[in-house]
Amino acid sequence: MAAVAHEAHGHHDSHGHHEAHGHHEESFVSKYIFSQDHKMIGKQFLLTAIFMGIVAMLLSILFRIQLAWPGESSDFLTFFLGETWAPGGIMKEDMYLGLVTIHGTIMVFFLLTGGLSGTFSNMLIPLQIGARDMASGFLNMLSYWFFLLSSIIMLVSLFIETGPAMAGWTIYPPLSALPQAIGGSGLGMTLWLASMTIFVVSSLLGSLNYIVTILNLRTKGMSMTRMPLTIWAFFVTAILGVLSFPVLFSAVLLLMMDRLAGTSFYLSDIIVGGEMLANHGGSPILYQHLFWFLGHPEVYIVLLPALGLSSEIISTNSRKPIFGYRAMIGSILAIGFLSFIVWGHHMFITGMNPFIGSVFVFTTLLIAIPSAVKVFNYITTLWKGSIVLTPAMMFAIGLVSTFITGGVTGIILADSALDIAIHDTYFVVAHFHIVMGMSAVFGMFAGVYHWFPKMYGKMLNKRLGYVHFWITIFGAYGVFFPMHFVGLAGAPRRYYDYSVYGEFNTSSQEMMMDLNVIITIFAIIAALGQLVFLFNFFYSVFRGPKAIQNPWRSNTLEWTTPVEHVHGNWPGELPTVHRWPYDYSKPGAEDDFIPQTVPLADGEIEH
Amino acid sequence: MGSKLIALIVIVLGVIAIAQLVRLYELSSKLRNEGEHETNSRDNRLNARMMLVFMGFLFLGFIYLMLKYGWTGMGEAASVHGRETDWLLNINFILIIVVFYITNALLFSFAYKYIRKPGVKAFYFPHDNKLEMIWTVVPAIVLAIIIILGLRSWNTITDEAVKESINIELFSKQFDWTARYSGDDNTLGKFDYKLTTDNNELGLMTTNTIDTAIFQMENGVSGIKVLENKINDKKIILVPEERQKMIVDLERKSRLIRILYQMRGHHDSKIDKFAWDDIIQKDTLFLSENQEYEFNFRAKDVIHSAYFPHFRTQMNTVPGLTTRFKFTPDITTKDMRVKMNDSKFNYVLLCNKICGSAHYKMKMIVVVLGKSEFKNWMASKKKSSTFKQVYFPVVAPASPLAEVVADSAVVEKM
Repeated sequence: MAAVAHEAHGHHDSHGHHEAHGHHEESFVSKYIFSQDHKMIGKQFLLTAIFMGIVAMLLSILFRIQLAWPGESSDFLTFFLGETWAPGGIMKEDMYLGLVTIHGTIMVFFLLTGGLSGTFSNMLIPLQIGARDMASGFLNMLSYWFFLLSSIIMLVSLFIETGPAMAGWTIYPPLSALPQAIGGSGLGMTLWLASMTIFVVSSLLGSLNYIVTILNLRTKGMSMTRMPLTIWAFFVTAILGVLSFPVLFSAVLLLMMDRLAGTSFYLSDIIVGGEMLANHGGSPILYQHLFWFLGHPEVYIVLLPALGLSSEIISTNSRKPIFGYRAMIGSILAIGFLSFIVWGHHMFITGMNPFIGSVFVFTTLLIAIPSAVKVFNYITTLWKGSIVLTPAMMFAIGLVSTFITGGVTGIILADSALDIAIHDTYFVVAHFHIVMGMSAVFGMFAGVYHWFPKMYGKMLNKRLGYVHFWITIFGAYGVFFPMHFVGLAGAPRRYYDYSVYGEFNTSSQEMMMDLNVIITIFAIIAALGQLVFLFNFFYSVFRGPKAIQNPWRSNTLEWTTPVEHVHGNWPGELPTVHRWPYDYSKPGAEDDFIPQTVPLADGEIEH
Repeated sequence: MGSKLIALIVIVLGVIAIAQLVRLYELSSKLRNEGEHETNSRDNRLNARMMLVFMGFLFLGFIYLMLKYGWTGMGEAASVHGRETDWLLNINFILIIVVFYITNALLFSFAYKYIRKPGVKAFYFPHDNKLEMIWTVVPAIVLAIIIILGLRSWNTITDEAVKESINIELFSKQFDWTARYSGDDNTLGKFDYKLTTDNNELGLMTTNTIDTAIFQMENGVSGIKVLENKINDKKIILVPEERQKMIVDLERKSRLIRILYQMRGHHDSKIDKFAWDDIIQKDTLFLSENQEYEFNFRAKDVIHSAYFPHFRTQMNTVPGLTTRFKFTPDITTKDMRVKMNDSKFNYVLLCNKICGSAHYKMKMIVVVLGKSEFKNWMASKKKSSTFKQVYFPVVAPASPLAEVVADSAVVEKM
């Protein structure tokens, strides 16, 4: 329906998009707040995610200070945590776990799922496939508002008397089910569960919309094999979300029942706080199976959009077609499929049958193959290119580097025999931060720098972009690289204070304390570097120089729309697609790019 | 407050200053007639060089960290399977470090070498089946080797323990560990969490412990009788919430007591002896060199994880589920202290699954003794500290203080 309406509207003002404003009298509320326009919704997702990201980053700085200088009083901690949670400037043990938990939750779900997929799927799907808008603008709007609501609930949980959820972002029961076990498992956990339930609703509404839009609203000539890799990545991401988030919901629902209705899904034979519970027959391991059935695809929900964005950016700025377009699609599909049958590698040492463990070893290590294909294809795309190092391109190159670094340590962790020795140590923390905290975040930054002109019609300052990139990559590698060594020294994660090592191994203790100080200093530098980005972002939104229509000389359809946003995206007819999106530097062509809307020349062969 | 105000003012002024600089920069690029979408060759070359600088930082930093901290900061493996783990870990590390260096080097050097140069057009190279085949098949072969080696180790590590192994149970709760040796018969007595009382913390199952548990639940301080009296006594005025809580508590206890009576009905007193000779040990876990141990793990409240970093061993402890792991320590604490050149070094059992606020303090010192030393220690324990002797203190008044002294004497002698 919406598409039809837009079609009519589009024809109506085909003589000049300046008048678009005049026809559709839009109030402030319907344009900026309850907007059903995918471009505005994408921007809403982005801003919310940036805010959540700042909060989560701040939380991480707070607990990094505790780790580097345990027992030392800090004004900074008192300023943010107050006397309740940091009496005398020393963080409380409970709050440390609370900060770790909420940092993880926000980063994984709110920044990297909502922020990455939410922003760019919304922004780019209709623009790159040549659609007027999403299949359902209304559901799309709801998706954002549920996202905002769940963000608010999660933030509120930081401010309650008993503290936020404290059971780690994976909230394993029984710890998360029993308020007697830790303060945060009271109201804090209830809010966490409520927030995540709403988040699942938001994610499902969004994902269904993306899938339907990609399948049904592609413009004429846009066959599946002419879609940009971004769209392929968003498509598979959305399918993963639809298939896995409901399982998280079921896990959360059963946990709520255990907490509120006295059921025993996850509880059995427990005495806690001197109280003998009557629950019998449940299994905490069941929760882990359900959680990781989402949890592992979630990693790829986070990563695939980043890989999609960087494919597009690397190809455009190398002025070369992406190498192995079909192999890239194949790898995305293979990764998507495999991500559903590997969840057990998070559970090698839960007491799971060792035979099942070996099956998961096998499936997990298989994922390395499509991942390797992607990496080699990226590198080959750079080879003999004519590289333009825009800030977006540099973040995309950073993504490839971190994807390698974080990927190879995954091989160690996927090997169950080795996992025994390093499971749940800082080695794991290093591994997934390099993959998610660096690769995926770099993908997001690359996306923001590349599509900022499309989003706001303004240009970001490139010099500040360079400064931001270099601070971020030096800083973040400086944080996460040494963490491997802390982990290999046997440091368990989620420890409040590693000076306990002094009681049995002083050399390990010294090493951990040294490295923790180095890590914290890099973390603070990297965090301050983000201020450069924030300044650049908000300054440019309001005062940046005006963008031109196709600033990066790119082939995809979004750059054929006018700089000013119009309802329905194209003022006139929808564009027709004649070729794949990667005809850069094609021999025989005059320019080094041929937009998808240009018909094949006589005798020209499609890639 | 004053310093915060100053900090705030500095931040605001800083932002304004940057804004002015940006304005200046924008004006100058306008003069040069260059938009933000264009990357001039100077910027391009500078950043390309930075790519190489960064690659140097990454590669040299990695080498520095490896030289300074090694890649197993835990020290030499002190168990039989741990050596195999370390061997496999090293092979895997060599492989991935080679991949890390080659691919990162290609990435950054290409980013440096192939930057835009005037007059040079990019090479149109959309795909090449042969190349793609190579980098699908080669990783597949390497991974196959990794998988085969890994699973071979995994199978031996997780296999059943040999008959001669000694059974030990590790019991975890917020925030400490308790060990239970299986005693002369090498069989751990049965247990049930409902039998947990003050003098039976592990809930071991014997005729006496069942009777005690029933007695306590009925007649204890907050037992069923007391609760019933309080709830039904019209003279006592209770806050409604308190009253509700008591009713819930009573319901639960009535349910539990029925099961306890059933348990007593079915209990076979012949199995009592398996529990009576068990030895419960807190604070320090003593093990013997070159002896295989079969560990059973239990949790009282939430999930914990038994992590022995030096033995390369780890297993979660799960409420309601018994998990297991076997290993053979093969370096005594004394020898390891010499190897580590640290006279205070000790093996340790850590908790490695988030379990509550004092998670980081939940640990147990592990001491590996020579065979004969261990034998002596064990003999002294069997003489005076079996579960039976501790449970009926009248028979053998075991002073807890004396026990601690005995333990530390063993440690100090080394």
